Amino acid sequence: MMKNWRKKGGRSWRLVSGVGASAALAMAFSAFGATPPTFAAGQAPITIGVSASLTGDFSSSGIPLEQGYKLWENYVNSHGGILGRKVKIIFLNDNSSTSQVATNYEDLITRDKVDIVFGPYSSLLTVPALEIADRYGYAFEAPAGGGPAVFALKSPNFVFVQPTPVSDTMVSFAKWILSLPKSERPTTAAYATEDGPFSPAMLQTARNILQSHGIKTVYDKIYPTETTDFLPMVLGIEHSKAQIVLLGTHEPEAADYVRDFVQQHYNPKAIVFTGGPEDGTEFLDGIGGAKYANGIMVPGGWWYGEPSYQNKLFVSMYVKTYGGKPTDVPTTAAEAFSVGQVFQQAAEHVHSINNAKIIKALHTYTFNTVQGPMKFNAQGAANGEDFLMQWQHGKLEVVYPNSIKTAAPLFPKPNWP
Amino acid sequence: MSLLLDGIISGILTGGVYALMASGLTLVFGVLEIINVAQGSLIVAGAFLSYALLTYLHINIFLGLILTMPFMFLVGYVVDRVFVRRLRVDRVMMSIMVTYGVALVIDGILTMIFSTSYVHLQTAALNQSFPLAGMRVPMIYVYVFLMSVVFLLALYALLYRTTFGQALRATAQNRNAARLIGIDVDQMSSITFGICAALAAAGGMGYGAISSFHPNSQFDLISRVLVIIVLGGMGNIGGALVASLLMLVIEDVVSTVWLPNWSTLIFFIVLAMTLALRPQGLFGSKEARQQ
Repeated sequence: MMKNWRKKGGRSWRLVSGVGASAALAMAFSAFGATPPTFAAGQAPITIGVSASLTGDFSSSGIPLEQGYKLWENYVNSHGGILGRKVKIIFLNDNSSTSQVATNYEDLITRDKVDIVFGPYSSLLTVPALEIADRYGYAFEAPAGGGPAVFALKSPNFVFVQPTPVSDTMVSFAKWILSLPKSERPTTAAYATEDGPFSPAMLQTARNILQSHGIKTVYDKIYPTETTDFLPMVLGIEHSKAQIVLLGTHEPEAADYVRDFVQQHYNPKAIVFTGGPEDGTEFLDGIGGAKYANGIMVPGGWWYGEPSYQNKLFVSMYVKTYGGKPTDVPTTAAEAFSVGQVFQQAAEHVHSINNAKIIKALHTYTFNTVQGPMKFNAQGAANGEDFLMQWQHGKLEVVYPNSIKTAAPLFPKPNWP
Repeated sequence: MSLLLDGIISGILTGGVYALMASGLTLVFGVLEIINVAQGSLIVAGAFLSYALLTYLHINIFLGLILTMPFMFLVGYVVDRVFVRRLRVDRVMMSIMVTYGVALVIDGILTMIFSTSYVHLQTAALNQSFPLAGMRVPMIYVYVFLMSVVFLLALYALLYRTTFGQALRATAQNRNAARLIGIDVDQMSSITFGICAALAAAGGMGYGAISSFHPNSQFDLISRVLVIIVLGGMGNIGGALVASLLMLVIEDVVSTVWLPNWSTLIFFIVLAMTLALRPQGLFGSKEARQQ
């Protein structure tokens, strides 16, 4: 019956859908205390194309990426759009595939004729995506693809919208270790990371710094990305008796490592993950509760309490739209939101969405984002600095650098309960 | 030496779970003469069922199998009745396409219900371990390994100690001959697919207890279990057990003692050498290979 009504009464259905969508939009505006904006008459929306990993290996980060972009789209449209024009983001799913991501950007640019493109998740997918954007002269702002392989393309169109290039992410941890009094400073370190263009680069920079200051490497292994059993690496690390452990991970692997360390009763003085522990409840659930997180460290370019431009607004919008607590807001969503902020400010600086002008603006101005202010150099790297966070009694605290820390670091890390 | 022993113990314990996951796949190939590429999705579905019972009804993951295995048996039975039984020509090739479609549907349903976030089965045994040969053996690995052994023994008893098992093996050996002596081959096939799905439920629970998983974990799983049954000999349950242990011991020893990044490569070198010498796999028949 419903099917027939919809089929026969197509116009009625569209009318009802339209009324419903309008009502939902009005509710969204009222929720954020804004009145529906008016856009310049006769102007088409600014179309932005994004390939997001909504399925496949990167989907746990691809979905927050989409959320961050959508939040920015909603926010900007509820505040008059950009240059008086509404913003419309077109998402295509790449299934975490390097070939599909290239096809998607090709389609977005040539078939959908989008005005602008924003980046996908991960360095692995950013490389083929950036090659397509370069071919067509599009500006390319990457929220989460700043590994060495991306910078090696030397694209003049590219900026990486995070405070530091990926390879410098663990520098905050290395600096903190070196800031310890010599009598307390660890002398041995273990490194283990999944393969890929992302995590190994992070660990390599930290290892170079620590080794050059006399901290001996006693374990250093790379394992395939599809690894699901981390016990062999944990046994090797434990056998090495390393005093500090640096691990190249995302959230699920980080939780798996913690469980294996707990099972082995292995208590190094410090454990830092390149990624995972910042994911709040998801990470805590994965390791069996906050008591197991005490002392675990993770570097970050953004955190929910950061006193940066529009961050409070972004966090409240995220929680209101997607639920959870401020600590659950994924970093990837903040990074995607930042991409939108940078584009908006670039367009307003040059009063245009012409890609050539946007590219010039990206390398000229300083931009305010939820991750802090950023100014990009010729290679597209920002001039910011990451910080070091640590789980302390169920709360993620900033512990380094001292200028912004919210708590003193727990060192050595408390033993597992 | 201690690290080598650690690697062997870790490989054997994990290998048991993979044997359980692969046993259903090899059984289906033996009886139905099809390749069920939905096995990875069935395993992940089993893991999510255990997760749902644990999270929302607080039912222990091992006790939960009393509910999840019959449910998955029904799912498997229905999949065979609705999709697989209709395949009349070129069954092997067509089954790959049909079961891949089934896998995509299962993935979609799981993604809709559970999202794409990774989850893990939390149990009291998760953080417990005991000392053995210089390492601490995680209790959850031992429990899951023992469970796998119990189910594999039960499967063996079903196949070799019951009339039903005789009928099943007759169907596996020659479907037409089995039909001629009065065995309801179609019914046997549906029950076999049901058993395959039920074993996937148990294997999925075991996998979820030692690893994080999400709806798309099936892509990694199916490639590994397919390799196991090829090495063990397609259609041979004992072969699946030996191949699982071999695969995981090689991988874990190489990862622990030497270079983790080489573990898969070394295993595949062993696989290639074995298949060069025995193209039908360690325990497979030449007839199975010809299919």
